[in-house]
Amino acid sequence: MYDWHEIGALDDIPRLGSRVVQTPHGDVAVFRTADDQVFALRDRCPHKGGPLSQGIVHGHRITCPLHNWVLELESGQAVAPDVGCATHYPVRLENGRLWLGLNNVVSLPTTAPRNRLKGRVRR
Amino acid sequence: MKERLVLVGNGMAGMRTVEELLAIAPDKFDITVFGSEPHGNYNRIMLSPVLAGEKTVDQIMINDLSWYAEKGIRLHAGHAVVDIHRARREVRAADGTVASYDRLLLATGSNPFILPIPGNDLPGVIGFRDIKDVETMLAAARTGKNAVVIGGGLLGLEAANGLMKQGMQVTVVHVLDTLMERQLDPVAADMLRANLEERGLRFLMGAQTAALLGEERVRAVRFKDGLEIPTDLVVMAVGIRPNFELAKQIGIYCERGIVVNDTMQTYDPRVYAVGECVQHRGQCYGLVAPLWEQAKVCANHLARYGIGRYQGSVTSTKLKVTGIDLFSAGSFNGGPGCEEIVLRDPARGVYKKLVVKENRVQGAVLYGDTVDGSWYFQLLREGTDIGAFRETVLFGHAHMADSGRDGFSVMTMADDAEICGCNGVCKGAITKAIAEKKLFTLDEVRAHTKASASCGSCTGLVEQLLAATVGTIGKTPAEKPMCKCTEHSHDMVRAAIREQHLTSLAQIFEALNWKNPDGCHSCRPALNFYLISTWPSEAKDDQQSRFINERVHANIQKDGTYSVVPRMWGGLTNPQELRAIADVADKFQIPTVKVTGGQRIDLLGVKKEDLPKVWADLNAAGMVSGHAYGKSLRTVKTCVGTDWCRFGTQDSTGLGVKLEKMTWGSWTPHKFKMAVSGCPRNCAEATIKDFGVVCVDSGYEIHVGGNGGIKIRGTDLLCKLATEAEVKEYCCAFMQLYREEGRYLERTAPWIERVGLSYVKSRIVEDEENRKALCARFLESQQYAQIDPWAERAGGRVDAHEFQPLQRVG
Ligand code: SRM
Ligand SMILES: Cc1cc2nc3c(=O)[nH]c(=O)nc-3n(C[C@H](O)[C@H](O)[C@H](O)COP(=O)(O)OP(=O)(O)OC[C@H]3O[C@@H](n4cnc5c(N)ncnc54)[C@H](O)[C@@H]3O)c2cc1C
Ligand code: SF4
Ligand code: FES
Repeated sequence: MYDWHEIGALDDIPRLGSRVVQTPHGDVAVFRTADDQVFALRDRCPHKGGPLSQGIVHGHRITCPLHNWVLELESGQAVAPDVGCATHYPVRLENGRLWLGLNNVVSLPTTAPRNRLKGRVRR
Repeated sequence: MKERLVLVGNGMAGMRTVEELLAIAPDKFDITVFGSEPHGNYNRIMLSPVLAGEKTVDQIMINDLSWYAEKGIRLHAGHAVVDIHRARREVRAADGTVASYDRLLLATGSNPFILPIPGNDLPGVIGFRDIKDVETMLAAARTGKNAVVIGGGLLGLEAANGLMKQGMQVTVVHVLDTLMERQLDPVAADMLRANLEERGLRFLMGAQTAALLGEERVRAVRFKDGLEIPTDLVVMAVGIRPNFELAKQIGIYCERGIVVNDTMQTYDPRVYAVGECVQHRGQCYGLVAPLWEQAKVCANHLARYGIGRYQGSVTSTKLKVTGIDLFSAGSFNGGPGCEEIVLRDPARGVYKKLVVKENRVQGAVLYGDTVDGSWYFQLLREGTDIGAFRETVLFGHAHMADSGRDGFSVMTMADDAEICGCNGVCKGAITKAIAEKKLFTLDEVRAHTKASASCGSCTGLVEQLLAATVGTIGKTPAEKPMCKCTEHSHDMVRAAIREQHLTSLAQIFEALNWKNPDGCHSCRPALNFYLISTWPSEAKDDQQSRFINERVHANIQKDGTYSVVPRMWGGLTNPQELRAIADVADKFQIPTVKVTGGQRIDLLGVKKEDLPKVWADLNAAGMVSGHAYGKSLRTVKTCVGTDWCRFGTQDSTGLGVKLEKMTWGSWTPHKFKMAVSGCPRNCAEATIKDFGVVCVDSGYEIHVGGNGGIKIRGTDLLCKLATEAEVKEYCCAFMQLYREEGRYLERTAPWIERVGLSYVKSRIVEDEENRKALCARFLESQQYAQIDPWAERAGGRVDAHEFQPLQRVG
């Protein structure tokens, strides 16, 4: 299901920071937490497409730089009461190298699917 | 094994502490509760409506017996504790039940004071404290006709009103000539008495009770002057005494109550106490609001979070007699240096009085119209300087013009009126969410509705809605925790950073027991600012705790590109700079070039990876970062001044450039803007800036605390100065005072409204030594701040990872 791509070393990403991996399906944000876990999400906030890689990492969460939605790094789910989800990708750390798994079956749309936005109550 | 907590006193304060504890550390303790009353925990305040027949006992239960069972709490209801063995850590009840503890919480409340007169122990003579007393009163009302209430205070009047509602003929006896002397001034007291007399209460004022007469049961009251009146019931409501017999008996230090420290701990470190039985900083309380605060702090320490201090409370009162509106708070009788602002409208039956000292509210008495009670109480607790709206303050909050920071009364707005402009949330949506989802705090409202979650300018309105919808018991904002990661307020954290010499985030998290190991997006940027402004030479600026704009020194745009605003000192530029800007725009295909509201040029739509190259080119033409992205010095706007203008009185352009060169690069709690106008025509709009200079023939007027933006606020005049050198010194001192004492994301306008102009004057204008010291600290910190962040990054030396993708795949 996944194609695995070597993307660099753990130390290429600052703790509590993130870097972008450019893929044919769009940018993927790779995050490193304080406890050195690494997570990857599509670099588009489910709210209005903000670049999640530019946000603030805290615990296992990321705060979007545009309007402060908070998402779980592990699942991409927005923290309640916001509703939405950013696609997440598996990351493996092997011998100090990071590997990113990209789905090779379904190709990703290049813009946020409209229905995601519609699914949220406008307040 | 779990630790054991025993609570003595199943009342309001003790059980609130238990509930707070369950909320933050549900599994920490095995809990046992002893209460002398044979009920669950009920809302004692509501006994008055029960007596008046407006509520039933069931309706005032907070936690019934099944709740205790559900939570696994052992409740011994109807069992008074008679002894405690502190060495063995054992509690013993009257019926012999024994329970051991690791931590003990005393919350024994208080007892009604019973006058030491003959006959005070006759049946039919009671206090007004618990369900039993109310039952006795209701029984008396069914059989008897007359009642006497001794004591014309809050409790006495509520008792009298209730008995009257139950059909009794009630006489209120009071030793003084005015009612409720601890809450009301004579004018309001007389209005109240007239109103109650109209309703059918009788009063005997200035009357001293000598004895209660009767054989099997009380039948009359005799006064010093010989007068006797017949009665079937006597309610003593002459005051309460903290109930600390038990504590005293077991050797815990007591004075007028059980003495506790700021963590609610008694002299025995295993024993805590809360509620009316305690004495804190010499003060005993008889109202619930302070007890809620005590409970919160106590629960925190029981849970070993070890944070939060109780620092005493200011209280306010309302009389719970339906149809009578009465509010009182603070010291309302004045004193040396106090003035009274009074509004009397006999036709409407309205009386309002504010006691004010140096333009700060000290006390308030409201009769007939109490809608603004909570507003005055807020002004009182926050020590707000009311100078600006003193003339209209008594007309109430609704009267304030809506452009001002204080807004209008939100309750008068329609349901579909928009409250939060950023997120399009209307009033109805907010009140509905508060009611349906049982929201209690601002954070919860933000989370559920998004109102006030963005720019925050509607926070005041949302808070008013919350207060009006859920009730008004709240903490002073000054004590609000910074965020969900801590119980500490901004001011407390800052004090800790200074006093404990904390120089890194890790140290703060450790020393102050942060709940989340690396904080959140709300506290980290604030803490980072507090660190670098307190310890400029020691603390390391933590890039991961900065918002993206400050991390990459450009403004993120909605499509993820960035904008770049180079500094133009005092708004001056020249052909060489303009050429460089034009070249950069061409070379990197920057879609928009715009003149900003801050007298500079903005390049919008720059791709992130191009930023270092754009900066390199701008640097080469002599331009540095304009900090258009930062909580920092922004622009110094100027007008043309004496160089060209026929009205110019001083060199406003030159002074503006000097101020900007001196202050650029400095980080501030929120953004900081300046302007220098060459004459009072004020073309540079200096009177809506954080620090504005208006040049006049004889020198320079210094204006501070202005704000354009969301809520416009004109500046206050700080002082007048004669020379440029002085202006520079005052500028540094003002900025430094704000840097040291402003809360993160609080601009100078709300800051000055909070601390008051006279405070700022006292620190800067009237205290030369302090001004010079502030100025020196500012200049010292500038040594570390005035490094062009663009130059550092243009060369790729700093934070290169920010601007390059990690990898390209596929
Ligand atoms: C670019 C500019 C508009 C323009 O095209 O003219 C601008 C653009 C922004 N302003 Fe502004 N403000 C600009 C001048 C102003 C002015 C006018 C002035 O400075 O004389 C004001 C009113 C004066 C004042 O601040 O008191 C102003 C009041 C605000 C406010 C409201 C501040 C307040 O305390 O009420 C915000 C919101 C905030 O800071 O939280 C804001 C926030 C913003 C932000 C940073 C919004 C954001 O977070 O993205 C915008 C950034 C756009 C960008 O990417 O560059 N901007 N903004 C101006 C930049 C001036 C400069 O050269 O640096
Ligand atoms: C009629 C009435 C109206 C009021 N109205 C207001 C109002 O409008 N606003 C306001 O802010 N406040 C009001 N109050 C005051 C408020 O109710 C008290 O401040 C609050 O209840 C005090 O809480 P506490 O836990 O300290 O004491 P309590 O609630 O009195 O709880 C103490 C408990 O400890 C029990 N106890 C004592 N000794 C022992 C022992 N040895 N063993 C076991 N149990 C023991 C007592 O029986 C009691 O149940 C009113 C009070 C009354 C009586
Ligand atoms: S007023 Fe300021 S913050 Fe609002 S859209 Fe314009 S630039 Fe952005
Ligand atoms: S785009 Fe992420 S919060 Fe709005």
